[in-house]
Amino acid sequence: MIGRKGDTSSLDTYRAMLLIRRFEEKAGQLYGMGRIGGFCHLYIGQEAIVTGMRTVIEEGDQVITAYRDHGHMLSCGMDPKYVMAELTGRRSGYSKGKGGSMHMFSVEKEFYGGHGIVGTPAPLGTGIAFANHYRDNGRVCLTYFGEGAANQGQVYESFNIASLWKLPVVYVIENNRYAMGTSVERGSANAHKLYNRGAAFGIPGEQVDGMDISAVADAGARAVHHARQGAGPYILEMLTYRYRGHSMSDPAKYRTREEVKDVREHHDPIDLVGNRLMDAGIATEEDLKTIDKEIRAVVNDAAEFALEDPEPDPEELWTDVLVESQAPSEA
Amino acid sequence: MPALSPTMEEGTLAKWLVKEGDAVKTGDVIAEIETDKATMEVEALDDGKVGKLLVAEGTEHVPVNQPIAILLGEDEDASDIKIPEAPEPKQTEPEASGETQANESSPEPKPADHKEPEAKAPPKPKIAPDPKIPEGTEFVDQTVREALRDAMAEEMRADPDVFVLGEEVAEYQGAYKVTQGLLKEFGPKRVVDTPITEYAFAGIGAGAAFTGLKPIVEFMTWNFAMQAIDHVVNSAAKTHYMSGGQMRCPIVFRGPNGAAARVAAQHSQDYASWYAHVPGLKVIAPYSAADAKGLLKAAIRDPNPVVFLENEILYGQQFKVPKLDDWVLPIGKARILREGKDVTLVSYSHGLTYTIEAADKLAEEGIEAEIIDLRSLRPLDLETILASLAKTHRLVAIEESWPVCSIASEICARVTQEGFDDLDAPPLTVSGADVPMPYAANLEKLALPRTEQVIAAAKKVLYKD
Repeated sequence: MIGRKGDTSSLDTYRAMLLIRRFEEKAGQLYGMGRIGGFCHLYIGQEAIVTGMRTVIEEGDQVITAYRDHGHMLSCGMDPKYVMAELTGRRSGYSKGKGGSMHMFSVEKEFYGGHGIVGTPAPLGTGIAFANHYRDNGRVCLTYFGEGAANQGQVYESFNIASLWKLPVVYVIENNRYAMGTSVERGSANAHKLYNRGAAFGIPGEQVDGMDISAVADAGARAVHHARQGAGPYILEMLTYRYRGHSMSDPAKYRTREEVKDVREHHDPIDLVGNRLMDAGIATEEDLKTIDKEIRAVVNDAAEFALEDPEPDPEELWTDVLVESQAPSEA
Repeated sequence: MPALSPTMEEGTLAKWLVKEGDAVKTGDVIAEIETDKATMEVEALDDGKVGKLLVAEGTEHVPVNQPIAILLGEDEDASDIKIPEAPEPKQTEPEASGETQANESSPEPKPADHKEPEAKAPPKPKIAPDPKIPEGTEFVDQTVREALRDAMAEEMRADPDVFVLGEEVAEYQGAYKVTQGLLKEFGPKRVVDTPITEYAFAGIGAGAAFTGLKPIVEFMTWNFAMQAIDHVVNSAAKTHYMSGGQMRCPIVFRGPNGAAARVAAQHSQDYASWYAHVPGLKVIAPYSAADAKGLLKAAIRDPNPVVFLENEILYGQQFKVPKLDDWVLPIGKARILREGKDVTLVSYSHGLTYTIEAADKLAEEGIEAEIIDLRSLRPLDLETILASLAKTHRLVAIEESWPVCSIASEICARVTQEGFDDLDAPPLTVSGADVPMPYAANLEKLALPRTEQVIAAAKKVLYKD
């Protein structure tokens, strides 16, 4: 896991971002082969955000997000094998195959999901921050949602309460410019200032180049420090771009090929780190190719595991509906 | 042919945008495919050269996973092409394959093609009987309101992770005074006034519960919880299952439910069947103060999300409550309020008011009604109902709720399925009228179940009308 402060253009962050990229490409492939079903929202293009934010949080800080969540899980140190096995609906998946792409959790890695309903991470993450405040444990909850979710009423209800009670939460708005097929300009008033959406509640906000991991980490460090010292919530609007459709079944007719190509070729967050590493003499092109080979091997292993792992036992249909507990009189 | 939607089984290869020999880069569009939903562009997932196009433009009904093209990697040329004829099992994936999956195969049939072994029926929950009240135990007269407050206070004293969150619960002492005195004893950290934003504070409660705290979220009334039902159902009830048992949500959502008096349609709805419908929740609707106390304490201790439906009219009513250090009742167990041999009357919460009145009047006519107070609506104690039915052979279910898809209709369905041989008459329901609650006093009375209706239904199943 990465976690060294300020360690933004390192071989470790390069690896972490590339792992997300290759993992998502493989997930896309497996979806195409019919091995992953349902909805599958890929994170390709947005890798700098979770990777950069990971470098500025500490052990015990929590992460929660919506359904474009594979990158968040990998950056939390969750095992690609078991994430992929969840995507293929197999018994070793993080949710025993019962959650799928949008619903995965790791209590051990402080990853609180993985939520399929737009906007819900806002109050849930605020609630985790409430628990931090209640326990006075010094932890911060990173609460991610998209720019589309940023128009939801529950987000503002949460902003109000988080600011009122000075809760240690950092709201990260991943503005990838399209809420499914609706561009941010078509769906949001004052679309170029989402970072300002907390102003009415006295919540500071910043707009950040989400394609540049150094910018993400710089702003992230300010935000996390603010929240941890008890000054209340902070909003980071990460300007980013998803290369793929909203989900695998999105024909993406709402934007031009050229627009996607331009970002891919000129603003790719992983190329940026690779170039910096080469410019600084930390790595050669050959080194980066070697890393790519290693990452591909990890991802191929994960895919192989996820395809060979058995489906859940039919008995699992009935388990985990309720926490099994003794009747109170027996307890 | 890639699967490009959750339901796609075949597609039309509408157009090739590359030809054999073309170099492609990651992200280049190589083909257009018409799915059942839309025309999709297919991108190359990798750099390489188009080796061979296997499916001609315009071909319809190409099954998902059929190879449509071969992409050559850096170190391959046309002589390396081996055309896969049919999908073969366990072929390893080459280093450089495109999104078309040309060199990959689909060894296994889709799950829909093979028969799943049937999962066995769900295990029945084992529920202990009510604890025995030791002989000589003193009973005190208490209102439901006081019993609920005592339950919360006792659990808050015992467990620092328990706290109360809601509108006007602290300084105002509760909109219906149920949390009266809690702020003074436990302070503002554990008795937390929220803004009037149900959606957020229900979600905040669920998020805090994910970390192991045990929130009691008070809705001023359940009518306002419709703004928050998403978090009760999608966040609280489903997360344990969706996480394969990793995440817990030990939370209680409580507040007054159903009709109060003259507050009209938007403030007079019974949500019992809404929440009882949801796997992952436990749902409780007590009638007496003793049950309210014992079950609320059980709900707070339960590791699952619990919906606790109170009733405003019952808040002020007095009942005998056993004076015990720790009065806790099992969730999922009905109570026989009165034994009788002629007809079973099943109800919950304020519905029992009419039910008891009816039973008293029936007794005057020599008809002995057995009264079951459900107490818990999920799990539903069908066992107790069926045992009573085996004795009386006749059943009426009474509720204040609307009649469609209600608790009473559920009971009738279940006893018909599982107790058919014991029935000497079709089971009947007495429900609220199937209209939004009117304001006018006379109309409101007509919209709620009445004692005479219960008596009439009981006589009807006894063929005495």
